[in-house]
Parts: sequence; C-alpha cells; structure tokens
Amino acid sequence: MNELLRRLLFLPPQASTLAADVDGLHYFVIITTMLGATAVGVAGLYFSLKYRRRRRPLIAHVPQGPTPSGAKLEIAIVVGLFSLFVLWWVIGFRQYLALRIAPEDAIPVYVTAKQWMWKFAYPDGGHSVATLYVPVGRPVKVILTSRDVVHSFYVPAFRVKQDAVPGRYTTAWFEVKQPGAYPIFCAEYCGNSHSTMRGEVVALSPEDWARWVNASFPEVRRPRAPVNIEPGSVDLFDPREPTSMAREGARLAGEHGCLRCHSVDGTPYIGPTWAGLWNARVPLADGTEITADVAYLTESIAEPARRQHKGFALVMPSYAGRIPPGDVSAILEYIRSLSRAPATPPAPEPVAPIDFRPPASPAEEPRP
Amino acid sequence: MTDAPTPAVTSDAGEEPIPVEPDYLHAERGVLSWLLTKDHKRIAIMYYAAIVLSLILGGIFALVIRLELLTPERTIIDATTYNRMFTLHGVTMVWLFLLPGIPSIFGNFILPIQLGARDLAFPRLNLMSWYLFVIGACLLLGGMIAGGADTGWTFYVPYSSLTPTAVTPIGIGIFILGFSSITTAVNFVATTHLLRTRGLGWFQMPLFVWALYATSLIILLATPVLGLVLILVAVDHSLHFGIFDPKYGGDPVLFQHLFWFYSHPAVYIMILPAMGIISETVSTFSRRRPFSYNAIAYASLGIAFIGFLTWGHHMFVAGMSEWTAGVFGILSMFVGIFSAIKVFTWTGTLHRGSIRFTTPMVFFFSWLFLFVFGGMTGIAIATQSLDVHWHDTYFIVAHFHYIMVGGALTAFLGGAHYWFPKMFGRLYNERVGLASATGVFLGFVLTFTPQFLLGNAGMPRRYYSYPPEFQWLNVLSTGGAVLLAGALLLTLINLLVALKWGERAGANPWGSRSYEWQTPSPPPTHNFPTSPTFSRGPYDYDLTEEEARERIA
Amino acid sequence: MSASPDTPEVVDPAAASPVAPGLGDQYDTYARQHRARLFGMWVFLVSELLIFAGLFSLYAAYRAEYGADFAAGIEHNNATYGTINTLVLITSSFTVAAAVHAVRGGRTRTAARLLYVTIAIGAVFLVIKGLEYSTHLHEGFAPGPYYSNTELPQFGARMFFTLYYIATGLHGLHVVVGLGLLAFVAWKAHRLRYDEYHHVGVEMAGLYWHLVDVIWIFLWPVLYLMG
Repeated sequence: MNELLRRLLFLPPQASTLAADVDGLHYFVIITTMLGATAVGVAGLYFSLKYRRRRRPLIAHVPQGPTPSGAKLEIAIVVGLFSLFVLWWVIGFRQYLALRIAPEDAIPVYVTAKQWMWKFAYPDGGHSVATLYVPVGRPVKVILTSRDVVHSFYVPAFRVKQDAVPGRYTTAWFEVKQPGAYPIFCAEYCGNSHSTMRGEVVALSPEDWARWVNASFPEVRRPRAPVNIEPGSVDLFDPREPTSMAREGARLAGEHGCLRCHSVDGTPYIGPTWAGLWNARVPLADGTEITADVAYLTESIAEPARRQHKGFALVMPSYAGRIPPGDVSAILEYIRSLSRAPATPPAPEPVAPIDFRPPASPAEEPRP
Repeated sequence: MTDAPTPAVTSDAGEEPIPVEPDYLHAERGVLSWLLTKDHKRIAIMYYAAIVLSLILGGIFALVIRLELLTPERTIIDATTYNRMFTLHGVTMVWLFLLPGIPSIFGNFILPIQLGARDLAFPRLNLMSWYLFVIGACLLLGGMIAGGADTGWTFYVPYSSLTPTAVTPIGIGIFILGFSSITTAVNFVATTHLLRTRGLGWFQMPLFVWALYATSLIILLATPVLGLVLILVAVDHSLHFGIFDPKYGGDPVLFQHLFWFYSHPAVYIMILPAMGIISETVSTFSRRRPFSYNAIAYASLGIAFIGFLTWGHHMFVAGMSEWTAGVFGILSMFVGIFSAIKVFTWTGTLHRGSIRFTTPMVFFFSWLFLFVFGGMTGIAIATQSLDVHWHDTYFIVAHFHYIMVGGALTAFLGGAHYWFPKMFGRLYNERVGLASATGVFLGFVLTFTPQFLLGNAGMPRRYYSYPPEFQWLNVLSTGGAVLLAGALLLTLINLLVALKWGERAGANPWGSRSYEWQTPSPPPTHNFPTSPTFSRGPYDYDLTEEEARERIA
Repeated sequence: MSASPDTPEVVDPAAASPVAPGLGDQYDTYARQHRARLFGMWVFLVSELLIFAGLFSLYAAYRAEYGADFAAGIEHNNATYGTINTLVLITSSFTVAAAVHAVRGGRTRTAARLLYVTIAIGAVFLVIKGLEYSTHLHEGFAPGPYYSNTELPQFGARMFFTLYYIATGLHGLHVVVGLGLLAFVAWKAHRLRYDEYHHVGVEMAGLYWHLVDVIWIFLWPVLYLMG
C-alpha cells in the first residue's frame, strides 16, 4: 500500500529511516485534500444542476440566508476541519523535530556549499567534492555553511533539506537504510549554475565504509546497488603530500601577512601556531573551549576579537572583506595540511625577543 | 446639480431609462480628457489597458520558461537568460498584474457605484495612483531592457547584492508601484468610511466592498515594509552597505524575515479581492442572498489579520529555531479555517438557488475546485515535516499557481465577464465565453497538476536543467501551458471583439439586485443622477421586482 | 439645494467663503470633504509608521545579537546633538500646532508666520544633522565597507553605524518632504488662500510634520541614549 501510493505520487524511494513516516503523513494529508476539493466541486456541480434556472417563475419569498440546520452543518464542518488541521500540525511538528534534531552519536560531516559545488570534509581528515560518503545504518549529521550565497542541501530520497547560509552553521541529519547513491540537489537559487550544483550521497556498507575511512584503497569500492553510480571527484587526502591548494595557501598566508604572527611549526609566537591547530580543542579567553574547525577559523580571520584564543594578546586586525573567499579556502587548506605536524614545539631554545618585522622575502617563510 | 427630474433607477426587466447624461465613455472626448480625468471609471479603464498588457508580458515570460523546460538541457535559451526569465515572470505577474489587477480595475470602477457614491473620496489622488503605476511599470520595463534581474522575484541576499544585474532599477520600480498601491488603499478606506450613501450601513454593503476594504488594510500595513526591504536591497546592491552581508556582520536570514513579513500578506492582497468577485457572481447567478453575509465579512477581516502572523512558514528550512517554526506552522493552519468558512458559504449560496450557467459561473465552478485544492495543498505545506521535502520544489510552484492562476486570475476573468456589460454597455459572445472559460480550466489543470508530481519527485524550482527522468512531466506541463495561453487569447479576443461589435447591453442583463446594476450601462460620469438612498440590501432576491426597484430612491 | 419661497435660504458659510476651493462632486458639503481629507491623511500616516516599524525591528534584531558593540557605538554618538535635535523638533511641532490653531480661528497671516518659523526650525534640525554626519565621517564612522574607525569593535559597531545612517537618512528624507509640504501651505497662507472654513491643507501638513517629530522621538533614545 505504501509502495503503491509512493509510486502513484511520484515520491522517491524511502531511503532514510524517517522517510516512511513522513510519507505516511503525506498520504493522509494529500488524500484528504483531493477528496475535500472533489467533494466541494461535486457539491457545487450537483447544486448547479439541481437548482438550475427553469422556465417557471423565479423563486420569490423563499426565506433566504442561513438556516438553523445550515448553520449547524457549517459549524460542524469548520470544527471538523480545524481539528484535522491541528492533528496534522501535531504530527508534522513532531516529525519536524525528529528531522531537525540529530541523535547524539551522529557522525558529523562538514559541508561547505559554494557556487556551484558541494564540498565535504570528514572528521578524520578526508574530504571530497560533490560526493558525500556515509555509512549505512548510522546517523550522519551534516554541518552546513556557505562560502558565498544561500544554498540549500536537498536529498529527496531522504526527505531532508536544509539551507546553507553564509556566516553561520546549520545542521541536518539522516540515517540511510540501504547502500546506494542518492542525488543531492541545491534547492535555493544561487545564480547561474544553480541547477547543475548537484551531488550524490553514496551510502556504503559497513565494510566498505571502514575501508574508505582507513583509506587503504586509493579508489573507492563501488557499492553494489541497482543505481548507476558515477561518483564525483574523490580526493583522498594524504597528509604527507599537500594538495596544490594547500601550497597555494602557504603562499597566500605569506602574502596576506598571516605568517608575521603565526608560526607553522609549533614555535610560540605572537599568534597561535598553526601546527596541529586544525580541529584541535582550543581554550578561549572567556574560559570556554572550542574546536578550531572551519567555522572558528573563518570567524577568527574575519573577526578575531569575537572568540579570542586564550593566552594571546588581541593585536590581530580584522581581515573581513580584505581576503577573497578563494584565498581563505586555500589558507584553510594550508592550515589543515599542518594538522599531522606535531603540535608540540621543538626542543626549547633560548627565546629571542619577539621580532615584529615582517619576513624580508618569501624565501624566509618556513616551508611545510 | 440639475433641477430637471431624471429617472432614478432602471428596472430589472431591462426598461431603458431616458438618458439625460451621456455615459462616462462619451462624456468628454480627446486624449487629454482621459489623461487628466478625475472619473474613477476612466482611471479604471486606463488601468485595465496597462494591466492586461502586463499580463500578456508576464505570460510571454512564462511561455519562454515552459518551452525551455521541454528538454532536460538547453532548448532555446541559455541558463543566464533563463534565470532572468523566471525572475521577470515573477516580478511582472506579482507587481504588475496580481497585486493591482482586481483592486485597480474593478475596485476603482465598481466600489464607488456599489456605495452609491459619485466618485472615490480623492479622485486626483486616484489619477496620481495610475501615473505612479505607469512610472513604476516603465522603470521595471527599463530594468528588463537593461538585462533584467536574475535573483528570482524574492531578491534573496547575499545573491541580490552580488549579482551584476539590474536589481536597483527594478527595485525602485517596485517601490513606486507600492506607492501606487498605498494611495489606492487610502482612497478605498476613506470612501468606504465616509462616502456610503444614505441607508447603506456597514453590514448592508456588497461583499465586494468588504473584500476591498480588508485588502486595503493589508496594503496599508504591509506594503511599507516592502518599501523598506527594497531600499535595503538597493542600498546593499549599489552601495554595498552590507546590512545583510555576513562579511560585515549581517544576517541573510533577517532579510528573509523582513521580506516575507510583507510578501505573505501580499498573497492575501491578491486573493481577497478575487473572493469578493466570487461572492458577487455566485449571488447574482443563483439569485440568492449569500448563505451567511456576516461569515464572509468577518472572515475577510480574519484573513487580513492572521495573514500577518504566518510569514515564517516560508522559512522552515532557512535556519530558524524549531519552536519558532512550530508557532508559524500552527498559525498558518488558522488562516485556512477562514477560507474554509467562506467556501462553505459560497457553496451554501447555491443551495435552493435559481442558477444560471453563464460564463462567469464557469469561472466560479472552476475557481471553487482550484482554490479549494490549492488552498488545501497550502495547509499540507504548512505541515512542517512535509514542507522539508517540498520547500523550493515544484510542489510549491504548483501550489501557488493553483491559488494565483486558479484563484486570482480565474476570478479576474470572471469579474471581467460579469462586469463587462456594466463597464462597456455591450455583451460578449456567450458561447465563445463558455468555451474559453472551459479551455482556461483545462489548460490550467494540465499545466500545473504535473508540477505537484514533479515536486514530489524532488525537482527543485528555478532549475534550468533537470535530470532526464523528469522530462515527460515537464512536457505535459508545457502542453498545458500552450493550451492555457490559447484559451486566454481566445478570451481576450472575445472581449475585444465585443467592445466594438457586441450586442448592446441593458442596465441589468443578469437581473442582479446589487447596486451597480441599478444605473445605466455604461454609467454616466456621476454614476447616479442624484444621490440614491439604498433602503434594501444588495442581495435581496426575496423581494419582488417592484419592491426591489422602489427601495432604491 | 433648492430654496422654496416659504423657508429661509440656508447658506452654508463654508460655501459662501471667498477662498472656498472646489467642492468635489462626490461630496455634499464642505464639512464632509474636510473630514474626508483629514481621515485620508491619518490613514496614510499609519502606513508611513510601518516603514519605520520595519526599520526598528531590523535594529532590534541586530541589537539583540551585538548588544555590547551597539552600546559602544551609542556611546560614541553625540547625545548632546541628539537631544538638541529632539528639542528642536518638538518646538517645531509646537509652532505648527499653533499655526493650525491660528488658521482655525481665521488668523491666516499669523498662521503663515508660524509656518515660516516652523520651516526655519526644521532647517536647523537638518543643519545639526549635517554637522553630526560630518563629525562621524571624520572619525571614520561610515556605513558598511567605508567604515574605517579602529577603536570600536568591528562587526557590531559597524552594523550600528550602518543602521544609524539608514534610519536617520530615511527620517531626514521625511523631514525634507515635510518641509516641502510646509512651504507649500505657508505660501498659500501668505497669499491668504485659507480661512476658518477652508484650511485642511495646513492641518494635513501639520499632521505629517507631527509624524516626523514622533518618529524622531523614538529614534532619539534608540540611537543616542540606550548605551
């Protein structure tokens, strides 16, 4: 029955754990809608036939206006409809909360939307473009942001959608039931190539997932699924060999003056060292702690005063509007490439007084 | 004021009064007598011309869109052009047709007559409204010629600040159109309060007046916020102030709140006047008093009020808190109840009536089915978990087209046919009218029903290219669009032909008891020879002919 | 209205006045026309209020997010200028009310003079505003990307000043429009085109000016005092 209605209504497969419940409410609501509209239309047509104007004299002196029985019927219908609407709202709201609030043990994946592609960063260090790899049978929480304009992460098969807004983080979650590939669409108009800003969620069986996380195979093992899968580009990141984006980031870090205050090898300096900073737990000036993730690092570039790293003086200027987004991404890639470097500084040496002069030439900058 | 006695009323049987004054169309001649007129009826006709042209322009954009969507990839235009097409289609239809359409044409023409007044409260302000409309429309056209905008009619930031397209002139054009709207609303409110003729209490006015009154209240309270939003968009776009730019600490979601605070009540501005036309036509052609006059009057005010509290349902996935979303969801359900009360009333009005199946009635039945279906899909979308799937897909597109085309446009066409004899003194060809009305209904259903299914399948809106499995539904939809366009063209031709060659109409070809039918068709410049006294209601079909006539003095 | 031989002719003094404007065909009496125009003005002013209501809610939303930064921005605003401007506008509201009172009593020349005074005071408001703006720009408090001040925290203070310029700019635009309306009716009063029956233009301009004043009275604490 579910399958019949699903196909009749052109709904995608119910690939996530919540999809079937959402569809159940869908059937209830839409069937009532269709029946209601048909009933009204039929009633109207029935009356128009039964009370059509005939050649005998026009009705006069017939009491008009609301009759007691008519008024009762109206009240009954209105109360009935209202109760139905409230019932739908209650069920819908509970489902909405379930869709929005991720389980505690959900695996986080950082999603950056940018014109016009989806970039995914996994907590253990991997990243991919356009294809999101997730394990079957485990909840996955996507943490979304945008680099430029508002986008929206939409996977019809999961009945899940969430806007990716620049300047803040939003979340969504899902748990996939079967291995397979499920299309991702951008659902908020974002410019020229909005309709080709697509991707795929590739759900891997537990064994394939384990292999992928450990990256023992440079290639992804294609999951056995009836769908024709052509995954997007997969960069399995090898920390020993930074990608060209990270090398570009190193150059830009010098150009924009970051390296005047931030070291890359753990040496304490004016600002926090970038070695091992990526996704590290960082103490803040107000006593709390935060993970130095993409969000925090981006914010610190734009507004360093907002959540200041404990133990450092506030001398960093704001770079808001002064570094193009592409450069910021590259610098972040560079910082990430330093994540496997040791976080502890080298053996202590007599520390010279801090030299505020900028490096004389790029050749003096430390190499990764 | 003349001293000679003039026949005050015309009869339902169609006795022609001996005209003392020429009708408003012939009272003065020359282009200037139109461009500088203070007569609300002439201003309505000038709006008619401008708005029908706008409808045709918006329709052309729609056809381009549908033709492009015949194939999954490029069909006739590229993506850049396509994005401008859907933006301009939305902007034109919303601000040049749907919002001004019924109030500025039929409201301007009919409202004073239905109140027994000789004109609106501020005729020169009315003329200024028309000029503001023309100036705003010209700015919009200028923006279109300069390449148009490609932001969607919703101008979401940050994209609208970053795109190098003609956002600012289009924004300014819409701002001026908003002023045109506000001045019209001021006129309607003042006229309703202060120019009701003797004997006409609030609860005796025709329901079309109630509809326009509620609409005017929304216009007065919502349109200024749109004005503010457009200023902010223009300032962000041209001066880069960054009010909504995260680089400068701005919040793009805040823009959405401000935008939808106007744009949700705006849809009630579009639909309430349509409901007013439905009230008039169903009563006239059933020869029945509305099942419950008070229900419709109060429900109109109820829709206007609650409509201001529901804007967040456009933002369920935008990044609001779940609890805020919940509040907006339940409030959105309430609005549906007022509409349901009205639908019950209109259907009940048919009961024990004496129904004549005319062209306006074909539009009425068409409306009844399409509005109820469209409205209930609105309730469905307000059910939050379902909206997560449907938001920004073709399901939403189908829903609002059901209401806007199936509701507002259908009622507009119904009103155009219903009041055609009154406005022009001619009758259109009834057979062609019935055929074109049926064609509009069928074309509409074929165009937009597949779109519900496309939305279910997951096709997002504003998509230039789409996965190939969505193609056949798109082809069906385009076929329907061509049929719809043809039927609309037939409607237009039928009415244009009737303007010149239609059979002359009497004062009251429908035998209606409503007040506008108690003066000649077309009316004289001052509507009534002397200020009438209305001692009966507009829907008093239980009175005999003589009684009905006597009570309009 | 026709007179019969038995009843004395009732003459509407408003109709008999030499400065009576045309009576619209839709009105039976001048009193009704007067009432309708005032009513229309009130309705329009409600609509004008909403544009600022939207602006205030935008401000409130950002203030909730950047509370301390906004407070710092307000500290930097010159509360003296702001308060003087408030007193200036309140005085001008008083003079325009006096002008309306005068013209209702038929003292049109007095009304004209009071209207001129109101315009002058309104101009003073704009001059003070201009001085404020130039001081701010000198210190680097400019909207959006033109902001160059380095003392105050960046995000919140920048947003505060952007909103400050938009709010006071929009209000200033309304002041200019108000001055235009006042100038128009002042000129008509100067030419003695008003009397105790026909002066609705003065009342309408006065109402608009009062709105401009009321809006400032809400802007003043929000932008100058709530630090």
